[in-house]
Amino acid sequence: MSVLVATPRTATRWRPSTAVAYALLIALAVFYLLPMFAIVVTSLKSFNEVSRSTLWELPKAPTFEAFGSAFDVMAPSFFNSVLLVVPATILSALLGSLNGYVLSKWKFRSANAIFALLLFGMFIPYQSILIPLFQFLSAIGLYGGIPGLILVHVVYGIPICTLIFRNYFATVPRELLEAARMDGASVLGIFRHIMLPISVPGFVVVMIWQFTSIWNEFLFAVTIAQDPTQRPITVALQNLAGSLLSQYQVQMAGALLAAAPTLLVYILLGRYFVRGLLAGSLKG
Amino acid sequence: MPILMIAPSVVLIAIFVYGFIGRTAYTSLTAWRGVVPDYTFVGLRNYERLFQTEKFQADIVNTIHFTVFFLAGCLVLGLGAAVLLDQKLRGSIIFQNIFMFPLAISFIVTGTVWRWIFNPNYGLNVLFHNLHLDFLQSGWLTSPGSALNSLTIAAVWQMSGFCMAMFLAGLRGIPEELREAARVDGASESQAFRYVVFPLLRPITLSAVIILGHISLKIFDLVFVMTFGGPGYATDMPGLNMFITTFRQDLFARGAAIATVLLLMVALLIVPYLIWNLRGETER
Amino acid sequence: MGNERWSRRQFVSRAGKTAGGVVLGLSFADFLAACGASQAPAAGGGKLEIFSWWTAGGEADGLAEMFKIYKKNYAGVEIVNATVAGGAGTNAKAVLKTRMEGGKPPDSFQVHAGQELISTWVKAGKMEPITSVWKSQGWDNTIPKDLKDIVSSSGDVWSVPVNVHRGNALWYNKKILDDNSITPPTTMDDFLSALGKLKAKVQAPLALGSSGNWQVQMLLENNILAAGGPDFYKQVFSGKASFTDANVKQALSWIKSMLNYVNSDHPTLGWDDADKRLISGTSAFNIMGDWAKGYFTAASWVPNKDFGAAPSPGTTGKYVIVCDTFGLPKGAPDRANAINWIKVCGSQEGQAAFNPKKGSIPARTDVSASIFDPIAQQFIAEFKTDALVPSSAHGSATPDAFASGVNDEMGQFVINKDVNKTASNLQKLSDEFLK
Repeated sequence: MSVLVATPRTATRWRPSTAVAYALLIALAVFYLLPMFAIVVTSLKSFNEVSRSTLWELPKAPTFEAFGSAFDVMAPSFFNSVLLVVPATILSALLGSLNGYVLSKWKFRSANAIFALLLFGMFIPYQSILIPLFQFLSAIGLYGGIPGLILVHVVYGIPICTLIFRNYFATVPRELLEAARMDGASVLGIFRHIMLPISVPGFVVVMIWQFTSIWNEFLFAVTIAQDPTQRPITVALQNLAGSLLSQYQVQMAGALLAAAPTLLVYILLGRYFVRGLLAGSLKG
Repeated sequence: MPILMIAPSVVLIAIFVYGFIGRTAYTSLTAWRGVVPDYTFVGLRNYERLFQTEKFQADIVNTIHFTVFFLAGCLVLGLGAAVLLDQKLRGSIIFQNIFMFPLAISFIVTGTVWRWIFNPNYGLNVLFHNLHLDFLQSGWLTSPGSALNSLTIAAVWQMSGFCMAMFLAGLRGIPEELREAARVDGASESQAFRYVVFPLLRPITLSAVIILGHISLKIFDLVFVMTFGGPGYATDMPGLNMFITTFRQDLFARGAAIATVLLLMVALLIVPYLIWNLRGETER
Repeated sequence: MGNERWSRRQFVSRAGKTAGGVVLGLSFADFLAACGASQAPAAGGGKLEIFSWWTAGGEADGLAEMFKIYKKNYAGVEIVNATVAGGAGTNAKAVLKTRMEGGKPPDSFQVHAGQELISTWVKAGKMEPITSVWKSQGWDNTIPKDLKDIVSSSGDVWSVPVNVHRGNALWYNKKILDDNSITPPTTMDDFLSALGKLKAKVQAPLALGSSGNWQVQMLLENNILAAGGPDFYKQVFSGKASFTDANVKQALSWIKSMLNYVNSDHPTLGWDDADKRLISGTSAFNIMGDWAKGYFTAASWVPNKDFGAAPSPGTTGKYVIVCDTFGLPKGAPDRANAINWIKVCGSQEGQAAFNPKKGSIPARTDVSASIFDPIAQQFIAEFKTDALVPSSAHGSATPDAFASGVNDEMGQFVINKDVNKTASNLQKLSDEFLK
């Protein structure tokens, strides 16, 4: 865990290579920010201006009109997405940590085979299983709303969460567990009292990952949450794009609103994401 | 006891992944065409037909092309950005956040924005013209020759931050002493990187390749929004083809055949990795 | 189970008309209704779920107008507006298919008139005919027979047309035409020479947005109509004439000629991006359905002052119908409410409320034209006298499987411009899907 302790920063001396490094960083930053610039600028224009100007022109008369229209449509869905993402993220993280713990620390026969079979689930193309999925959900009465969506996201989140936690727990020394076992702790007891408390960095990675992917997911959202009062935000965002007439400024304003929580998560927790990865979460 | 703890996950994955895959594979061997299910067994006929279509042949070539360039782009940009950020220059946390924020945005939004940016008449070309960089102008998505590469740029924009985060974690995980030791032995900075750092990044590179590789094989949302597969079949992908074949053309069996081929392609990438990885672990 | 609530009155009136076996199934629903009776309003009750891809703009507004009328007449019914946007209805169709396959139909859904419904859900036996509603409402007197034929098969009517869009319309920037003293062309020769005349003056005389390729398919069907006339058109799109016919090749060659005058970025543009070129003056013409009008007016362009419309070149006196309808799926959870919805869709009041917002014209011929803009008025007049043919690109003339295949073919044609190869590939699609 020593790597988690930040090495003291050496004061940056001015060297030519520093200038080059900054130049490259700025060039990269421009590449990453260019689309963001387009989104923001467009969202502040009026419909007339959007249909007459190029992408890079600043709005002549900036207006928040588009945000207003987007907000009206999206506000209820925003709440739905929260209701969906929070339990789905927590549940899949918990299941993942349990699996990761068992599969890394209790190497029973065929543990590796089970892990491989679980992991493969991460890679299936979701469109290909839509119809059986739908029939199954209808059969168990979970089609149509958020509970069904939660189930689906938890299930398809199991592989990645298991992977991350298994790799994370692999770095925990076996001796720690052996000692606890000597003291008579149970399998579950070790998990609760030893593994969970040290797995915060793993949870951060998993939760950021799951939060973002569930928040941004569209295919399941549109097919499973048929009840219009239960729609997540991505569906509302798509609904802003009319089938015949596209009001780009409203779409862009909507995109900003929809992306706000995930952007916030990355800005606030981005560094912990890297630290979590650093702590072994995604190493091969 | 440990097995009981992972039982829920195993059962869920068995149904939602393997059960549904089995059903899809079975459907691909039937005559189901039109909205009424028809489970007459026809063997591999759907596959024969499928591989004869120009569209699917184009899909296979496109997927390979896209995957190679997408991976290369993400790895190069990701590694480059990670090395720059690892210099611990002042303000690097800001740059780190900038590089990662596209991860927070959904493919739907990325697709819409980049479609505009690539518009030859009011997007990037205008910008290049204003900057007197006319030689950089291109037809982007509009010409069959450049469309796929333009799509790749947008995908790299979205996902390279993930690579960056992984490499950064990898770099920070390498003890400074190792590099120091190399320098003491008279190695130049680039030699130290090549002979000490790079080998240590290999496992993380592999993980990145696997995660990005499966995203790229399954790519759907981005193509759906950006090009819908055009011009011609220039950017068509199996995921999109399957969706259209199944849900627009009602050729359910053929759609299932595409899904099955897609799955096999993914398996080809993943299974050797899983075996290699788990074997390596037991030896360690 | 909430969907299956029935008010006592509805149940009794329905049970009277239905066979005993069904009653057994419904009596449980009735029991549930009795449990919830305290909240159930006196008139009507239950829900009505309407599925469409009208999520924004004039379409959504028009739909809301019809909902208002419905609520006025059937107070107490809770309307569930189930919309799915994206991909010009592609997402909606996918969702609808998963729902129908899973046995959870909405009460009524939007579908293009004709094959899009008949070759799928009607053929699968998942729709109820609305013939009796059609008769009881006297729609034979108010909706043209050509249109009724499109929504009928084997003696039954399957859905009610709520509007009519015109697929074969030519739009122009009036100022550019006036400045170059060009009159709106009516024949293909006039059109191509007008394009030639404008080539040096505007960036790309003909605006095209071909993202998704269906816009090129519209050019194809318009040109086939121009080259072969309505009878040939109907034959070729029902598999009775060949796509290797000289008329089809003529239609393809015309597209090839048009492509000399279009904007080079067309593969990434949607139809609305193409119309934007007219507004900015970088193009003079666009061939598109009359939903284009909604885009122009939303950008504060005035009909017949800033822009004008004419039938697409060579199709004067002919009307390509793109028509939205609503049908009645078997097992609709609120059948009685759905039937009332269908009545509203076909009513004079409903169509008068919906169409001005949607930018289409009414399917009924007895709605006052005075509430419409001048271009719609012109189209309403022509609709009454023109030969009507169903659109293939928009699902009326042919099954979706065919239209989608043609889409791909036209995407290839735009690149290789090979008339003969394309014609024979189209015939292959016809052999596979129209026989």
